[in-house]
Amino acid sequence: MSNLSLEKMSNEYYDVLKELGNIGAGNATTALAQMIGSKVDMTVPQVKLLQFYELGGLMGGEEQIMAGISLSVEGDITGSIMFLLKQEAAKHLINQLMPGMGEPDSFEFTEMELSALKELGNIIAGAYLNSLASLTNLLIFPSVPDLAIDMAGAILSIPAIQFGTIGDHILLIQTQFIDDECIEGYFILLPDLDSYGKILQSLGIVSV
Amino acid sequence: MGEVIKVGMADLNICIPPDKITTLGLGSCVGIAIRDPQTGIGGLAHIMLPDSQAIRNNSNIPKFADTGIEDLVKKIVAKGGSRSRLVSKIAGGAQMFSMQTNTDMVRIGERNVEASKKKLKEMRIPILAEECGLNYGRTVIFDPATGEFVIRAVGKPEKTI
Repeated sequence: MSNLSLEKMSNEYYDVLKELGNIGAGNATTALAQMIGSKVDMTVPQVKLLQFYELGGLMGGEEQIMAGISLSVEGDITGSIMFLLKQEAAKHLINQLMPGMGEPDSFEFTEMELSALKELGNIIAGAYLNSLASLTNLLIFPSVPDLAIDMAGAILSIPAIQFGTIGDHILLIQTQFIDDECIEGYFILLPDLDSYGKILQSLGIVSV
Repeated sequence: MGEVIKVGMADLNICIPPDKITTLGLGSCVGIAIRDPQTGIGGLAHIMLPDSQAIRNNSNIPKFADTGIEDLVKKIVAKGGSRSRLVSKIAGGAQMFSMQTNTDMVRIGERNVEASKKKLKEMRIPILAEECGLNYGRTVIFDPATGEFVIRAVGKPEKTI
């Protein structure tokens, strides 16, 4: 499948990837809801093939401050998964998790809060990837989570550069989730190009 | 008052006073501002990768430090900027996450900065100021009339270089 090109992927592949995003994010959302003990809804995942300049506007502008938790994925497939939350949402989540923490009006995050966010990302991304692994029968190992709190454009430049080494588009599987209050966040699954073939193949969609 | 021209990721554009030119949320990418101080004709490039030669699919000129800078200079000169008078300022090239395991991505910010400097040196364009590296994103606004390069980062005071 080395000849698989992002620009030439068919609608059928998109549908499969969308369904993967749906299942992964479904599990992750459930994990999140259990953790904070309240209801969390998610949107139907979107699979988007974007030009780099379109990326910034995806989540409320390049300068929107987000907490981005990134895990790299190793095993049968490689790539990365990112979990992005608006700053206020991150504070709110921390507060739900550990009442008394996550002062909404301060910009700074304490060490404890950062650590809590990472752990949150770890559990959520783990749930996402576990469901992918069991669905595809592929070995998928997430790395230790890594966290950045910064402008959306700056955080998203990392996956963009990864895609930049192979082409001029970025393919992302994006799911948005919302709870009753103000949590708004995104999952972005970014398999490396070779891994798309492996994923589709493991599901019997394409043959070698 | 002029307008502010926006440059996206892997993009470049020229700018003539009184307009200013900006790019938002530079992470590991590098913003390269070049101008001719006498005429005020300038421009800004937002590059993503260091080297067009290292990659097979390299038709996207503004994506790379080497081809992007070359193209920006060509466009400035075409608008009437003097090739020999050009000066530059650069910003960006941060390492957003502390552990990037993917080998292609290790030190990508730093490599982008190195490649940009190398290309500017090769083309004999002096770098008057820089604000690169570390671990935070930057928004930059370049005024080609004065050469002021304003840098904004989250939780930090605005800085002009």
